Amino acid sequence: MQTSSDEVLISRIANGDRLAMQVLFARHHVRVYRFVLRLVRNEATAEDLISEVFLDVWRQAAKFEGRSAVSTWMLGIARFKALSALRRKPEQELDEETAAAIEDHSDDPEVTLAKKDKGAVLRECLTGLSAEHREIVDLVYYHEKSVEEVAQIVGIPEATVKTRMFYARKKLSELLKERGIDRGWP
Amino acid sequence: MTSDKNAPEMDSIEELLPWHAAGTLSRRDAERVEAALARDPELARRFALVREEFGATITLNETLGAPSARAMEDLFARIDAEPARARRAPGFGARIAAFFDGLTPRTLAWASAAAVLAIVLQAGLIGVMVSKSGTTGGYETASAPTTAPGVGAFTIIRFAPQATMDDINRFMEMNHFSVVAGPSGGGLYKVRVADAPLASSDMSALMQKLQADKVVGFAAPTR
Repeated sequence: MQTSSDEVLISRIANGDRLAMQVLFARHHVRVYRFVLRLVRNEATAEDLISEVFLDVWRQAAKFEGRSAVSTWMLGIARFKALSALRRKPEQELDEETAAAIEDHSDDPEVTLAKKDKGAVLRECLTGLSAEHREIVDLVYYHEKSVEEVAQIVGIPEATVKTRMFYARKKLSELLKERGIDRGWP
Repeated sequence: MTSDKNAPEMDSIEELLPWHAAGTLSRRDAERVEAALARDPELARRFALVREEFGATITLNETLGAPSARAMEDLFARIDAEPARARRAPGFGARIAAFFDGLTPRTLAWASAAAVLAIVLQAGLIGVMVSKSGTTGGYETASAPTTAPGVGAFTIIRFAPQATMDDINRFMEMNHFSVVAGPSGGGLYKVRVADAPLASSDMSALMQKLQADKVVGFAAPTR
């Protein structure tokens, strides 16, 4: 069965085609939601934000010029919305979330390893990365974005994309080492 | 990172490992990375670490769940509350993209060959039809004396490759259309569809009718 490309859907959405919007939403909303959720760390906020992201897609479809993939364009919108929401949040709420994110680090490394397998620890350490590092790791590994696409979404030079990813991975190794897993790198 | 005389090159290759694991490198870069992995066991070991991170990141994201139906309901309620949007004609590129989007590579190859043949045949057939206008009692061409050139409503039409001369003749007569110009590149004809300009709603309705007709492969309004 043939499916319409995202670019064709955007062209139809620009003409007010509600069905095309439903198809695009069905195709991308889960990934956009997860990208936003990893940034804002609040499910209700992430749900509100994806409505806003897709509403922007509906409104801006006629201006889409096809210079990037539709998914890259949408992640760029999602990132902007997420960062704006984070800026609007009261500091107290942010502190609580930060505390929630780090409270799991209280066990010493041996206890942690005894309780969990390496994969689980790795996932926890991925969660413990800074927002900037989480973002780039997710874009590269989960959203399968190229160096150029990450540069477009995040708004940084391609060389910075590579070095930021390198330092995100380095930080991940440090977090793993604190939990008793020495990967021998870097 | 690795420490030999090729260290800077190896450093730049090591930076590419995450994208190599995700399969998002260009072919050229992927080949460079593959060659380096084959000759450097330490780099290969580090690539194994990258693949672990890759798998863990996917698992982590997949366990995040999905938004509730509320997100979609909220979105479409907001879309419905938006002011009605004036329908814009998609660009020619978008129409072409939409057309080719529906074809498999094999279909595309056959369709291309058939289309070239059909366009050549149609050009000849329609040329004959145009030259015979006024004597056949059929549809009128732009040279017919009853309508001044440039007056009326026009579309560009490409006839479906499988449409025969009889099909096209019947289609033109039934709709009282006349060929004004063509074929241009791609087998497109400029066709007068009315003696006076049409309201945009009437033109939209006509386009829908034309696009549903099996004789028509492609139609769009023009001036």
